[in-house]
Amino acid sequence: MSDGLFEKGAITGIGETAYTRGSGKSDTALPMEAALKAIADAGLSPKDIDGVVPYASGSTVAEDFITNLGLPDLRYSATTPLGGASCVAGIQAAVSAVATGLANHVLIPIGRNGYSGSRIGNRVQQMPQFRTIGEYEMPLGTLAPAQLYSHMARRHMELYGTKSEHFAKIAMNGRKHAAMNDNALRQAPMSLDDHQSSRMIADPLRLFDCCLESDGGAAVIVSASERAKDMASKPAYIMGVAEGHPDSPSAITQRPDITTLGTAKAAPRAFGMAGITHSDIDVAEIYDCFTYIVLCQLEDLGFCKKGEGGDFVSSTSFGFDGDLPLNTHGGLLSQAHIVGMNHVVELVKQLRGDAGAAQVKDARIGLVTGYGDMGDGTVAIMRS
Amino acid sequence: MEIERLYPLPNPDSQPYWDGLRDRRLMLQQCADCGTIRHYPRPVCDQCYSMEVDWTEASRRGTVHSWSVSHHAFHPSFKADLPTTFVTVDLEENVRLVGILRDPEVTLSIGMPVQVGFEDAADGAFSIPVLFAA
Repeated sequence: MSDGLFEKGAITGIGETAYTRGSGKSDTALPMEAALKAIADAGLSPKDIDGVVPYASGSTVAEDFITNLGLPDLRYSATTPLGGASCVAGIQAAVSAVATGLANHVLIPIGRNGYSGSRIGNRVQQMPQFRTIGEYEMPLGTLAPAQLYSHMARRHMELYGTKSEHFAKIAMNGRKHAAMNDNALRQAPMSLDDHQSSRMIADPLRLFDCCLESDGGAAVIVSASERAKDMASKPAYIMGVAEGHPDSPSAITQRPDITTLGTAKAAPRAFGMAGITHSDIDVAEIYDCFTYIVLCQLEDLGFCKKGEGGDFVSSTSFGFDGDLPLNTHGGLLSQAHIVGMNHVVELVKQLRGDAGAAQVKDARIGLVTGYGDMGDGTVAIMRS
Repeated sequence: MEIERLYPLPNPDSQPYWDGLRDRRLMLQQCADCGTIRHYPRPVCDQCYSMEVDWTEASRRGTVHSWSVSHHAFHPSFKADLPTTFVTVDLEENVRLVGILRDPEVTLSIGMPVQVGFEDAADGAFSIPVLFAA
């Protein structure tokens, strides 16, 4: 396995806005606010930023960052159009750029009014990656991710005996951690009964299996590792990073195995690059657009075998003080949907020891995933 | 405000599929060089990379691969149809199709045989596949 980008780059700055449902700010202001915070956290000036990887499905482009932040010489820009897998794919692009000297400090910003602005049912129809299902499935009335993904969840349940109660445990874990986080939208406790009595959206997915729609922004700075050690904040070194795409990615229903995600291709590359095994992972921030997608990624990441996700979820404690601390910020399910950049920020906080009440004791190595566009998977492994 | 339904936008790759549904025939692309049948319609055969296409009429027989029951309409024009059962079907031709189940009494299971039928949508603007227990 190639060392590839092993420890060539580090996350040197993080920033988050308040996560709300009604920001009162523009879709451009949110990523800018997060970007300024991340730049300040890194101890940099906007003038030091020479690379930008904006969110491909967002409303800001690289030029907006030049204009607003007065970037004097943007030398590297790219987008990583993988939906919810974009942020971690952006890390891969950014590390590639700093490793080769194309750029020194790459900003990866995201932000949107995902609740008060354009909501998911409208957004997906406008994305080119949804063109295939847009023509063949949406005219029937199956158009939102909850509807499309539920076919994956149903087959997994039928083949492997996976239960809604397994999904509930993942939802309840996110809520427990959100209640410990001041910047989380959902604070009220969730019981198994609460989950099981939440209304059905797309059977087998209930309301509490679905992530929030939210307003907010988050950003990180990726710098070359040799620069990182002298910077203002404690760096999180990127040991391994990879992306993977499922076969027939443009429509779930046409995929040979609808219970396997692109994550299954990315994970061996990321773990191989990092040179570690699953037992080395102290904390995992796993993209949780839907509870089932977490369970499926636990399998595809290799924490358990395909089909054993239900048993693994039942027998593993996911609390910040548990066997495999999972989504210690509350995740997309209970903190906010910031397209998984909130997962990246949380992992860096954990590795710095700055994660507050849900700090995992002695967190040294952690994993963050992205998942999007019906099957693309990204994985990054970092160390303090 | 008038609620517009989501319409398909046929292109040269897909027009025969939509025309077929309107004519009550399930038409699938077949590679003119290697004979592989593919769905959804697209310009290149991923087995031999040929861009030459024939169309073949499918048997309309298949089995249940998975399903989902929508209780929430993500577009207002589908609200009246709720709850709606969408079924992913393995067709005999070794490709998959999604259709709406029009057999409300049936209890679905993986591998259950189903038959494809047709239904006009959006006041006859286009037609969609629907499914019945076989």
